[in-house]
Amino acid sequence: MRRILQEREAILAFVIALILLGVTLRAPDYLDGSSLGNLLSTWGLLAILVMGQLGVLLTRGIDLSQASVLAFSGMFLAQLSQVMPELPALVFVILAIGMGAVLGILNASLITFAGIPPIIATLGTMTIIRGMIYVLSGGAWISSHEMSEAFKAFPAGANLGIPNLFWVATVAFILFWLLYNHRPAGRDVYAYGSNPDAARNAGISRLKVEFLVYSLSGAAAGLCGYLWAGRFAIAYTQAAEGREFAIIAACVIGGVSITGGRGTVLGAGLGALFIAVVETSLPFLRINPFLQLAVIGAVILIAVAANALTERRPGRQILPREGQS
Amino acid sequence: MKSGAFGAWEVALLILLAAVIVLMSSLSPYFLDLYNLIDSTFSFAEKALIALPMALLIIAREIDVSVASIVALSAVVMGVVAESGAGLPILVLVGLFTGTLAGVLNGVIVSALGVHSIVVTIGTLSLYRGIAVSIVGDDAYTSFPDGWSWFGQHYLWGYIPAELLIYIVATVIFGIYLHTTIYGRRIYAIGTNPDVARYTGINVTRYRIWLFALSGLLSGLAAILLTSRLGSVRLNIATGWELQVITMVVLGGVGIAGGTGTIIGVTLAVFLIGFLTFGLSLINVPGLVLNIYIGLMLIGAIAIPHLMGRLRQKMTASRKDA
Repeated sequence: MRRILQEREAILAFVIALILLGVTLRAPDYLDGSSLGNLLSTWGLLAILVMGQLGVLLTRGIDLSQASVLAFSGMFLAQLSQVMPELPALVFVILAIGMGAVLGILNASLITFAGIPPIIATLGTMTIIRGMIYVLSGGAWISSHEMSEAFKAFPAGANLGIPNLFWVATVAFILFWLLYNHRPAGRDVYAYGSNPDAARNAGISRLKVEFLVYSLSGAAAGLCGYLWAGRFAIAYTQAAEGREFAIIAACVIGGVSITGGRGTVLGAGLGALFIAVVETSLPFLRINPFLQLAVIGAVILIAVAANALTERRPGRQILPREGQS
Repeated sequence: MKSGAFGAWEVALLILLAAVIVLMSSLSPYFLDLYNLIDSTFSFAEKALIALPMALLIIAREIDVSVASIVALSAVVMGVVAESGAGLPILVLVGLFTGTLAGVLNGVIVSALGVHSIVVTIGTLSLYRGIAVSIVGDDAYTSFPDGWSWFGQHYLWGYIPAELLIYIVATVIFGIYLHTTIYGRRIYAIGTNPDVARYTGINVTRYRIWLFALSGLLSGLAAILLTSRLGSVRLNIATGWELQVITMVVLGGVGIAGGTGTIIGVTLAVFLIGFLTFGLSLINVPGLVLNIYIGLMLIGAIAIPHLMGRLRQKMTASRKDA
């Protein structure tokens, strides 16, 4: 099983490398400084969201509220930076993560205590939170000159010539990787997602698992809210609307199974990279920008088909077939 | 389903609907006006049309999140054909055919791959919208033939919008199909347990493709009504509809796990959301704030019965202890 997963990630990495090669052959300036930075930033933002979503999908759930949480956190923090311009970036990062986690806990409560299926609970919070942004902002935009310098500097900045967004995503990647591969709490998520009943019999608390994955998903979205608003230097009610589908698509491309229990942090990161490469390279190939959506849709379907065909293992064979030994 | 098509959920929705009507008419003197109420149906009849096949799909344990993209694709294809000067009947056929084709493709992919339909239709959501957007670009199609406005703007006998009548007829057909025919019973059977349904001799694959085709067909029909009402097609047509349609269906009592739900429930939820939206907009509540109420209603509608049930369980348990 592990080998199949690792192979799939190797194949995906190979495909991404092929695309990168093809794009740079056609448009050599794609991997130049600024556009490479753009790719890394785009990956960073998407990858954090996707790694947050990973745990939820592992438990057979789905979190449709991420994009709304993102926009809410971005708007709230941008307003905060107006009122308190002296706050340093670190405070925004901590507040963003905390706020997102709280909203994630709200999702988890609705799912565990109120017995609402995840898709409906997060569909509900998705619309409610989106509405709350409007209440918060009165429908107004917060643009670059209204935000404090400290607010914008970190998400738009770079260290060692590499965008900060990439560094943040890398740290998140390591933390998620440690959690899901080397911590009992992370392994519990897999166990619960593979077979909830068996996991419960083995003493794994459903409550703990659900609260963990939804608060992580919310925290990731909250963090991205700050990074998004800072990077693009704008906060508005409809920010990142519709992005929830791209997040789930990245997971699916990365080999995360929507039926739970299967998927890795590496796969999620690669899935996000795939979408980021496709999104950032199409303009360089002088492909009609309007075609981007169709290309991504076709890619999702191909990835789903590839996953489905590799997953279709034959029934367990106990005795060797005739003619085989 | 011994209680038939009218269960506790439908009663609760009816009470809620009555409450909304009473509340709204006390908040605005313009709410309880037959002309206004009939006119308000324009804002949701198209989505409500798509909610009908969506209910069938969810009852059969499937889902189609690509419906809004199918509306966009059908609308754009009709726009292109209209530019070339095609007549009204051809345009209608083109719209319905495009939608159905997209739906069949969904069904075939879901069946061939054997993966959950939410994954496949997220893919076709991007694909169909992407094709539509790359055809129309930042342009707009506006040259529809004479008489095209009939579907979305005409009033029959001076009062009833054609759109509303089409929706009501479709609802009756879907209700009869789901609740009185053997095909409807089989849809429940498939949703309750697809494997058992297959072993009892139901061709599950054929039903699945048929239901997705139906979803595409009605999305195409909604596209006809929408383009007729708006008179133009742009790239952002019908964005966000998929989740609004699913909200209508789920609030209507269709269980996301499959096998439960009624057309009456969905219809009540459609009018509940529609009249709430209309009433709140009369007292100048902005659209996005309105979504808060709809979201709360969606969560509340499912959470409250569940929590009541748990409370009752606890009470009976403590009574036993005493």
